Amino acid sequence: MKYIDEYRDPQAASQYAQAIARLTTRPWTLMEVCGGQTHAIIKFGVDELLPKEITLVHGPGCPVCVTPLELIDKAITIASRPGVIFCSFGDMLRVPGSEKDLFMVKAAGGDVRIVYSPLDCLKIARENPDKQVVFFAVGFETTAPANAMAVYQASQQGITNFSVLVSHVLVPPAMEAILSSTHNRVQGFLAAGHVCTVMGYTEYEPIAVKYRVPIVVTGFEPLDILQGVYMCIRQLEEGRAEVENQYTRMVRREGNDPARKLISEVFQITHRKWRGVGEIPQSGLALSEPYRQFDAEMRFGVEGYTAEESSDCISGLVLQGIKKPNECPAFGNICTPEHPLGATMVSNEGACAAYYRYRRFPAVSVSTREA
Amino acid sequence: MDSVNDLTLQCPIPIQQYPQVMLAHGGGGKLMHQLIERMIGPAFHNSLLDVRHDGAVFDMPHNRLAFTTDSYVVNPLFFPGGDIGSLAVNGTVNDLAMCGARPLYLSAGFILEEGLPMETLWRIVQSMRRAADESGVLLVTGDTKVVDKGKGDGIFINTAGVGAVEHSLSIAPASVLPGDAILLSGDLGRHGITIMATRENLSFESEIESDCAPLAAMALGLINAGIDVHCLRDLTRGGLASALVEISEAANYLINIFENSIPVREDVRGACEILGFDPLYLANEGRFIAFVPEAQADDALALLTAHLNGTGACRIGTVTDDRQPLVTLKSRIGATRIVDMFSGEQLPRIC
Repeated sequence: MKYIDEYRDPQAASQYAQAIARLTTRPWTLMEVCGGQTHAIIKFGVDELLPKEITLVHGPGCPVCVTPLELIDKAITIASRPGVIFCSFGDMLRVPGSEKDLFMVKAAGGDVRIVYSPLDCLKIARENPDKQVVFFAVGFETTAPANAMAVYQASQQGITNFSVLVSHVLVPPAMEAILSSTHNRVQGFLAAGHVCTVMGYTEYEPIAVKYRVPIVVTGFEPLDILQGVYMCIRQLEEGRAEVENQYTRMVRREGNDPARKLISEVFQITHRKWRGVGEIPQSGLALSEPYRQFDAEMRFGVEGYTAEESSDCISGLVLQGIKKPNECPAFGNICTPEHPLGATMVSNEGACAAYYRYRRFPAVSVSTREA
Repeated sequence: MDSVNDLTLQCPIPIQQYPQVMLAHGGGGKLMHQLIERMIGPAFHNSLLDVRHDGAVFDMPHNRLAFTTDSYVVNPLFFPGGDIGSLAVNGTVNDLAMCGARPLYLSAGFILEEGLPMETLWRIVQSMRRAADESGVLLVTGDTKVVDKGKGDGIFINTAGVGAVEHSLSIAPASVLPGDAILLSGDLGRHGITIMATRENLSFESEIESDCAPLAAMALGLINAGIDVHCLRDLTRGGLASALVEISEAANYLINIFENSIPVREDVRGACEILGFDPLYLANEGRFIAFVPEAQADDALALLTAHLNGTGACRIGTVTDDRQPLVTLKSRIGATRIVDMFSGEQLPRIC
């Protein structure tokens, strides 16, 4: 298939792997930021092609994984109310809250619907004027423009029975939190290509300078990732720390201007708690003052929830690249996709789910360089 | 669907005075009698059904029988390449075929929702008849119930089937042996994507149509030609991945497949890329895998590809002598990973 097969070509992959091996003189630890990249790496076995000196650790870029527990609880409370149509991307329905998940709300009679675009919610709201339609607006900068557009259109069209439960997070503050940690082991980043499609990569330039860390904006296909690793290792071996763009077919330095404008119109930057990680200053988006009327937390009076994580779950360490999923004692025994302790085991983009699905058996040996 | 419409034009709805199904059509009285006598009975007319008894009575001259049942709740009722009627017949016929049986008789249980347009029921009944005719299977007994408006979703159908096993092979996961070649009867994922696209009003450049098809002729063709078939499995809910994992677990042999060898049509691959689905897990309604001895693999493949519904048949992998219940896949870029069952529900109500 055009624009897909070219990026999964085995010969080109093998040549890139050899080029990386020739370049590498000592151990390096790289983090791919985005959960979509993590899944591609594990699914296609990209890391198996790399020299043993290179360790890939998996980053926090899985929106489902980092949405805090209390927000799931808020969603469950709102979705359980009579007269509410609660809309969400499918992944969020299986994420465990403190006591249950949204699928259980649906089974108990709640009107919980999977949508593929937040704009679908406006149609549902127009068709159900006597109901309150709530959209669970989670995600990074990638989903922010469409979510902002839904709120913007609701405002323009005077749709008053629509609101959003916002849990938007931002990549650059999370990268800074990882780099500032005393446990940090990340020496180079593969930045999330789709986040940068929206935002561009000027925000990353001061981070590369401040922490002396190479950052390569990288795509999602096997060859994208191999090329991103190549560019990152080349910088490390040459002692450079710059922002480079592997994903040139999608990403421009300045990003997508109309999308950025819409985000800053509808949202403002706020402190945000990350599941398993804790609060990171200036790391999220909340509705800006003119759009506050669409805030589901206010409309349904669910501000001020708090919740405690399971102490058996190390997803916070996994999301910061400090531990690998299979280093968790709960992995694959008390924590599985059917009975997840943490969101990293639930989401399609979660690192624990990727390991569980593609390589939990010792028979497929990849454990040699995961110490 | 055009052909169904044509048929509808040729055969006007036999019940004109009620444009919609009423509760009384399941009530045991005159209206139910009329529904059976004018619509369902004549559509499936055969000597066993025409007796109009509580059940069908027939001789079974064969030593071994296969018996299966399945319920159909697909939403939407009509989709490119099929409808709930053709699905309800082909699905059960295919389950019999996967037992290595020649499908003989079906039962049909209809659960109708009050208010279902009579024209819709008529189209579905005719589609079932055509599917039954194509597989040479007789619908010999049935049941009709009507539930209150809002308590169903138009129509649910259950079919059960009986088939004759006319050979001495033991076709089952436990019969799989090391060295067996795994043959796949065609491209993957069209049914799942079709249902998804129809339900969500997604349109792609070309219309993707369901692969819904009867498999008995192909499966029996292998057996009748003397292929020592070890296992057959149709790739419905859970797709190829779930079928392979189930068989590997039952046989306790490691199965290895090659991603490059698995055919997925380009439009289906494109839809999967957009929607985040893996074709290995998508449902099919006209695809199966066959485990056959390596020495007969080429002959078996030739038999499959000669068939209308098997033109895209190919070899996708082998059974190894490694005694562990595991499926591995050699990825496009040459790395190996495991293939696991899907957790939860990728797509609800696809059949």
